[in-house]
Amino acid sequence: MSAIFRRETLSYFTSPIGYIFLAAFYAFSAFSFTNNSLRYGTTNMDGLFQQLMIILIVLIPILTMRTLSEEKKNKTDQCLLTAPVSLGGIVAGKFLAAFMIYLMGIAITVVYAVVVSAFAAPDWAVIIGNIVGLALVGAAFIAVGIFCSSLTENQVVSAVVSFITLIALYMLSTIGEVIPSDLISSMMPDLGAVWRTVIVEAVVIGLTALCFFLFGKKAGVIIIGFIAMLVLGLFAAKGDLVPTILGKLSFWERYTGFTYGLFDLSNALYFISAAVVFLFLTVRVLEKRRWA
Amino acid sequence: MIEVQNLTKHYGDKKAVNGISFKAEDGEILGFLGPNGAGKSTTMNMLTGYISSTSGKALIDGVDILEDPIKAKSKIGYLPELPPLYLDMTVKEYLSFIYDLKKCKLPRNTHLKDICNLVKIDHVYNRIIKNLSKGYKQRVGLAQALVGNPNVLILDEPTVGLDPKQIIEIRTLIKKLGRNHTVILSSHILSEVQAVCDKIIVINEGKIVADDTEDNLSKKLSSDHRLTVRIEGEQDKALKLISSIKEVDTVDVGTKHGDEVWEYRIEAKEGSDIRRELFTKCAEGGFIILEMKSSELSLEDIFLRLTMGSDIGNDGGED
Repeated sequence: MSAIFRRETLSYFTSPIGYIFLAAFYAFSAFSFTNNSLRYGTTNMDGLFQQLMIILIVLIPILTMRTLSEEKKNKTDQCLLTAPVSLGGIVAGKFLAAFMIYLMGIAITVVYAVVVSAFAAPDWAVIIGNIVGLALVGAAFIAVGIFCSSLTENQVVSAVVSFITLIALYMLSTIGEVIPSDLISSMMPDLGAVWRTVIVEAVVIGLTALCFFLFGKKAGVIIIGFIAMLVLGLFAAKGDLVPTILGKLSFWERYTGFTYGLFDLSNALYFISAAVVFLFLTVRVLEKRRWA
Repeated sequence: MIEVQNLTKHYGDKKAVNGISFKAEDGEILGFLGPNGAGKSTTMNMLTGYISSTSGKALIDGVDILEDPIKAKSKIGYLPELPPLYLDMTVKEYLSFIYDLKKCKLPRNTHLKDICNLVKIDHVYNRIIKNLSKGYKQRVGLAQALVGNPNVLILDEPTVGLDPKQIIEIRTLIKKLGRNHTVILSSHILSEVQAVCDKIIVINEGKIVADDTEDNLSKKLSSDHRLTVRIEGEQDKALKLISSIKEVDTVDVGTKHGDEVWEYRIEAKEGSDIRRELFTKCAEGGFIILEMKSSELSLEDIFLRLTMGSDIGNDGGED
C-alpha cells in the first residue's frame, strides 16, 4: 500500500494533474475569499466554505479521473494485481494519495484564516469546524471519483460520470423537494396506506415475475424488481418520508452544518461512511472484473 | 514449481481455457505454444492471479493462487503480453517502485543493479521509460519480473517486437534463468520455443493438444517412409526405377534443380525404410543421388497437424 501511495503522490506531480488541481483550487478559493470576507471586511468565512463545495464538485473529478482508468488502459493494473498486495491496499493507497493532494489544496484556507486574524480575532472554533468538514466532504468526493474511475478505461468518461454523480449527491435534497411524494396516494385516494402498499407491491412483483420469464431468467431483473419494491413501496406507504430521506442523504445538507460552525458527529460519520462505502464498491468492481 | 489441474475459464458461453493440466518442475523451461487466441495469455493471467479461474487449481510452489493469493503472488515474476510500465517514470524509479510493491527484502541498490546488468538496461537506468525503444521497454518489463528474485517466472511472448539480435540475447538470458527458476514462456513463434524450452505444450482453442518434449513430439510424428530425393539422371528412367521398389506407394516429381537433376517426393508404405534399397538401385542404374532426406516434420508441421485437427491418433501423437 505504501509503495502505491508514494508512486501515486509523485505521479500527480510528474503529470500536470496535480499542478492543475492545486492551481485551480488556490485561484478559485482566493477569489471566493476576497469576494466573501475581505470585500465586506468580515472575519466570517462561511461564505467561502459554502462556495468551496461547488468548486470541489468540478475539481475533484479532475483529481481522481485517471486513478484506476489509466491503469486499466495502459495495462499497468496487471502489475499491481499480480503483485503481492491486496485489492483493498491498492484502492487505499490510491485514495490516500489523492486525499493527500487534496489536503495540500485545502491547507490554503488556514492561510486565509491567518490573514483574517490580522484584522480581528476570528471565531477559530467555527473555522476549524469548517476545515474539518471540508476535509471530510472531500474524502467522500474522492471516494466517489475513484469509484467512477474504476468503472471505465476512459479518463474523460470517468471525469464526466463522477461530475454527474457528485452533482446528484449535492442536489439530493432539492431533488427530494421536487419529487411528487403523493404520486401514488393521489392515484388511490380512498384506500389506506396498508392497502395501497399491498396493491403496489403486488403489481411490482407481478411485473418482475413477468419480465423474469420473458427475458430469460436473468438475476438482474430480480435485483431491479427488488429495488422497485423498496422504492415504490415506500412511496405508497409513506410518500412524505421520501424528501426527508433524500435530505438526510444530501451532501449539501450534511455539509452546511459544518459551515454554520456546528460539529455534528452524525455528519462527520456520514461522510466517513460514504467514503468507506464507495471505496468498498471500488474494491468490488476490481474484484468482479477478475471474475468476469 | 507450477502445478495446474483442470484449469478452466469461461467468458460467458465461450470457453477460453478448457480443462488444462500440466506441471513444470524447478529448473525447467516450459514452452507454451499456440496460435493467437488459443488461450495462452488467459492461462498465464490465471496462473498469476490477474484473473480468476472458473474451475480448477493452479499451485505455485504448492500454494493455491486463489486460496492464498498474496503468498503465491510473491513467488511469481510476471511479464504480461504488454509490459506494465508507468511511462512517465524513469527506469530507476519504476524498478524501485516494483521493489517496494513486492516488499522485496534483498539489498535494494545492488539487487536492482544486478538485474539491470542481467537484462542490459544499465545505461538507460536514469531515462524516462516513455522515451525508450520497444526493445528496451520489453527488457524493462523483464527486469520488473525479475525483481525480488522470484522462483517462478511467467513470460508472455517475451521476444515480441525485438530485433533479431535482441531476440537472441533475451533467449540466452531466459535459458540462463531457466537453470535456477521455473520458467513458463508462451509464444506463437515455433523456432523460439524450439530453441529455448525443455518441454513444450501445444495449446489450441483452450485445450492441450500435445504435451511433451520437442524430440518426442518429432519422433511421434516423424515419418521415415516419406523421402525427398534429388537424383541426377533421366527423369522417366529414374521414376521407373523408384517405382520398382515394392514398398513405394507414390512418387511425385518436384522441381528441376539443374541439368537432369530432379527432385522426387517418395511415399512408401508406413513403417518401411527404403533408403538403402533406393541407394543400391540408383548406384546400379548409374543414377547419382545428390541429396536424400526423410521428410521429418519440423515443429511447424507438427504444429499445423496438431492444431488443424488432422488425424494423428494412429501415430499415438496424442497423450
